[in-house]
Amino acid sequence: MTQALAQLQQRFDPSRHGALVALAVILLFNLAVTPNFLQAQTLFVNISQVATIAIVAMGMTLVIATGGIDLSVGAIMALAGALAPLIFLSDFATANPALGLLAAIVVPILVALCCGVFNGVLVTYLNVQPIVATLIFFISGRGLAQVLTNGNLQTFSNPSFSYLGTGKVLGLPFQGWLVLVIALVLFWVVTRSVFGRQLLAVGGNERAARLAGIPVNRVKIGAYVICAGLSGLAGLIVVAINSASDAARIGTLMELDAIAAAVVGGTLLQGGRAPIFGAILGAVIIQLVKYTLLANGIADEVALIAKAGIIIAAVYLQQARKE
Amino acid sequence: MADTNTFDLRRYLKGGGHSFGVWAALVIVVLFGLMRYDNFGGAYNISSFLNYNAMFIVISVGMCFVILTGGIDLSVGSVAAFTSVVAAYLSPYGIQVALPGAVLAGLAIGGLNAFFVVAMRIPPFIATLATMLGAKGGALVISGAQTIAIDWESNFTKLGMEKAFGLLPWTIVITAVVVVALWIVLEFTSLGRTVLAVGGGEDATMMMGLGVARAKVFVYLLSGGCGGLAGVFLASGFGAGQPLEGVGWELSAIASVVVGGTLLTGGMGSVAATVAGALLLGLVFNILNFENGRGVISLSAYWQMVIRGGFLFAVILLQSQLTTRTRRAAE
Amino acid sequence: MNDLIQMTGIGKSFAGIIALQNTSLAIRPGEVHAIIGQNGAGKSTLIKILTGVYRRDEGEVRMNGKPLAISTPREAQDAGIATIYQELSLVPLRSVTENVVMGYEPRNRLGLIDWKAAHARTREILARFGVKVDVTRQLGSYSTAIQQLVAIARAVSLEAKLVIMDEATSSLDDQEIETLFSVVRNLRESGVAVLYISHFLDELYRICDRVTIMRDGRTVATHDVAQTTKLGLVSEMLGRDAREIQAVGLTALSGGHGQPGEVLLEAQDMRSRTGLRGASVTVRRREIVGLGGLLGSGRTEAARAIFGLDPLTGGRVVHHGGVRIDNPAQAIALGMGFLTEDRKADGIIPHMSVRENISLALLPRLRRLGAVDRARERKLAQHYIDALQIKTAGMEQPIRELSGGNQQKVLLARWLALEPEILILDEPTRGVDVGAKFEIQSIIRKQVAQGLAVLLISSEFEELVEGADRIVVLQDGRSVSELQNPGVTEDALIGAIAHQHERNVA
Repeated sequence: MTQALAQLQQRFDPSRHGALVALAVILLFNLAVTPNFLQAQTLFVNISQVATIAIVAMGMTLVIATGGIDLSVGAIMALAGALAPLIFLSDFATANPALGLLAAIVVPILVALCCGVFNGVLVTYLNVQPIVATLIFFISGRGLAQVLTNGNLQTFSNPSFSYLGTGKVLGLPFQGWLVLVIALVLFWVVTRSVFGRQLLAVGGNERAARLAGIPVNRVKIGAYVICAGLSGLAGLIVVAINSASDAARIGTLMELDAIAAAVVGGTLLQGGRAPIFGAILGAVIIQLVKYTLLANGIADEVALIAKAGIIIAAVYLQQARKE
Repeated sequence: MADTNTFDLRRYLKGGGHSFGVWAALVIVVLFGLMRYDNFGGAYNISSFLNYNAMFIVISVGMCFVILTGGIDLSVGSVAAFTSVVAAYLSPYGIQVALPGAVLAGLAIGGLNAFFVVAMRIPPFIATLATMLGAKGGALVISGAQTIAIDWESNFTKLGMEKAFGLLPWTIVITAVVVVALWIVLEFTSLGRTVLAVGGGEDATMMMGLGVARAKVFVYLLSGGCGGLAGVFLASGFGAGQPLEGVGWELSAIASVVVGGTLLTGGMGSVAATVAGALLLGLVFNILNFENGRGVISLSAYWQMVIRGGFLFAVILLQSQLTTRTRRAAE
Repeated sequence: MNDLIQMTGIGKSFAGIIALQNTSLAIRPGEVHAIIGQNGAGKSTLIKILTGVYRRDEGEVRMNGKPLAISTPREAQDAGIATIYQELSLVPLRSVTENVVMGYEPRNRLGLIDWKAAHARTREILARFGVKVDVTRQLGSYSTAIQQLVAIARAVSLEAKLVIMDEATSSLDDQEIETLFSVVRNLRESGVAVLYISHFLDELYRICDRVTIMRDGRTVATHDVAQTTKLGLVSEMLGRDAREIQAVGLTALSGGHGQPGEVLLEAQDMRSRTGLRGASVTVRRREIVGLGGLLGSGRTEAARAIFGLDPLTGGRVVHHGGVRIDNPAQAIALGMGFLTEDRKADGIIPHMSVRENISLALLPRLRRLGAVDRARERKLAQHYIDALQIKTAGMEQPIRELSGGNQQKVLLARWLALEPEILILDEPTRGVDVGAKFEIQSIIRKQVAQGLAVLLISSEFEELVEGADRIVVLQDGRSVSELQNPGVTEDALIGAIAHQHERNVA
């Protein structure tokens, strides 16, 4: 019994624990104060909104685990989100609906993956700091999306595509299941796979990893590619939810939400740790804070300030523990 | 070994001449514009161009100082939005209250950044990310997410319109004064040299007995103050406090600094080249306008961002080449 | 004579671990005073207390008889104590002038920095040392030797009364060391005291007046250098009887036993940007080849080049498999391992467990359907924890919680797990306690007996002399001679290095 307890204590992760406490506090607060909190509708709304943050945050977690950062996630969402309707609204797609739908999902994600390769190559082979390397797409990615759509809002009605954002499986939103599947896969990758071990080693001590024969550049590029691919997927979901695509708005400030979620979930900014479910937890907390404030009639703007406070607190706790 | 103080262009290019590229590019773009468009060199275009870009120049210079220490300030855009609202609210009391008030508000946020970074040891990137969100939220809260009109009765509006000494708009004059003052601070004061030294090696600077913490506090305050001044320009330029503006400004500012040849890891860079970088990025937009005006091609404004990204990419490529070479030389 | 600096009863501990205990040091004005001691003896802690980087827990520091209260490097500088560290103390990105005058720039009437005067002053001071360089250029564009002299120029410009030089010569060549020494003599003549920290006992006899020996956080003794012998100093440093050292030796490695097998690797005339200028070494099965030479002679650089970490600009490395080695992954695949000198920076992954650290280089071989074969991994980790007697609470314990010696064993296990043909060991026993050192050496010897080839780099002459079957002596990135065991003595090794030095000077 005592041994089990000691083991529990050893496995115990203070940062994740802090986040769990925060989650509990928010939930209790909502139960007490927010009207109609315990309704299925509330759950649906929150799941469908948290999904995109969670998906991007998981990718961000992998990138941060290598000691990097990816500012381009929002812009890549916009790019993917702008491409999809362009494709299934094209003549080709109207002629071949099934193929068109497939292309509308596959092509934007492929483009996103290419953006990830670009980011990764800059960071590794050209030795550019991650903040700067990903800044390039942060600036030009959304511009590119707007150029493609001429800045127009593209509205559409395509039930099969919209299933991504509005479908339900077993009564719960489709994208919620998607998050779960991605999380399980990534969890396996991080904890069990060779790639995951190499990823954590690179983030934990890059020089040692290189000396131990780990293909550091390939591993890092891999992280940026996965992150970009997940961002592309998130962009598609946003478009599907709205049945409309506005390149100026898809994924704005997503990089901040994703970083915040990753950090709150216990990812160390110096790298070396990739708590996948922590990222989801972080995303849920951020979403719930937003929801709580909104549901209680407090302006959306205040949520920003709250988010700022959460980020500072989470990182400060990280720092304090390190010293 | 040659002992000389004379300017040696080849050595300049090989050694510390990271900023050469931006000056060359600026000259080329200006010449291109002068030859291609009739009104490019006209007083109106120059004046309105500078007037509009003044705020970007100011925040870029502030950002330059932060980056020189090896830090970063992501909050400047939000600070400008926030302080533009502050300035608008204070405008009825006249420019003599609104301007210092807005700058003070900017300094306050800069002070918060300094506190997070220096006292709480939070990485600059995260600390300023948080104040970015906070300042944005603050701007929206105090303005109710509405633009706040400036009092047209007051003398505040003169800032962007009336010409100082009948020559140039006040905005431009103030910007010039700030730029020159900061150039002097960086090149000719101990504080400025410490800022450079901190970015070149924080531990070494500490060992030399220089005030590392003081230099860091200074740069974040400065950047906040510059954001405040940019907010004043923003409010005067649009005739209203703009709580929704400022999105992405920090990145434009970073781009200007990088294009100006300042090392992102800190320790090397200049105020003048940063201004050149800001002008260059602004000119890209200016030229696009002219090109569209000729009606031969029609590039939407969205291309602007794509081209800026391209610029950044080119400069980063160049810089990564140069830094590898310097590093190799140092070894 | 009155002492310039008097430190008495200094004590300091970090997180409960005692670093200094009742330590004393007295420096006279205008003398060159050496501090010697092994790694971890407390030399640098003592210096850092004197220069205000650390705060002492107890004891007293006096300067010219008056109590000295220093809590920042700035205050130390203002009091006239300047420090020249091997690195860290200058900003290579800034100009020579800036590095000399920084914080004390000459001003003009407007209170702004007078660069003309600053350049002139810098030039003038450097000229006193016989150095003529363009002071407006980046410091980093000059050699380490010039940078050291610039650091001294800074001290002179601050009118320091005490200049502390920490391992100042470790990366200088002979000519440069000579220049440095003449500057040091220069300082001494002008009444400046120099506190000199060095690993090289020879230097001590060339330049120092007195020497203080430190061991285990205490000062053991202070002597006039003229009245000491090298053996005496070493025995005091190690706390052992001089005769015992001579008779027994200090290592469990012992060379010259087995019959070396076929050639596994041949490095010919290696040249690189990192400072190799024609280094050659051959490694055979079942032998330990030592790389001898001073710090900066190219030992680590040669190892890095062989392992594919730094590209060669000339010469070649021929592996018996006939494959060119371009990167560590390839070297590892060919059966090579590299235990690096800097355990913290290049070795351990601190967040990871002992198990994960052991299996790191072996991951490609543990791959099964993309996953790590955890059962095999655990078996392997347990095997090496037992075999190397690694003291750990379990294989899941994070490596950062282990002692230095045990961390080193884990890293050794990482490479042994590969069952390599060739293992490069760069200072394998640095910073580990005597017991662990002995164990590590025994493990290596056992592996060699079973056919492993070892390339051994060590700053401890004993370890080399007694451990290696052959010693290749390096100097300035060149291999200059080779000594064959049995029969090599420490004197012979020092002689080989020194002989070459003389020839170079001549």
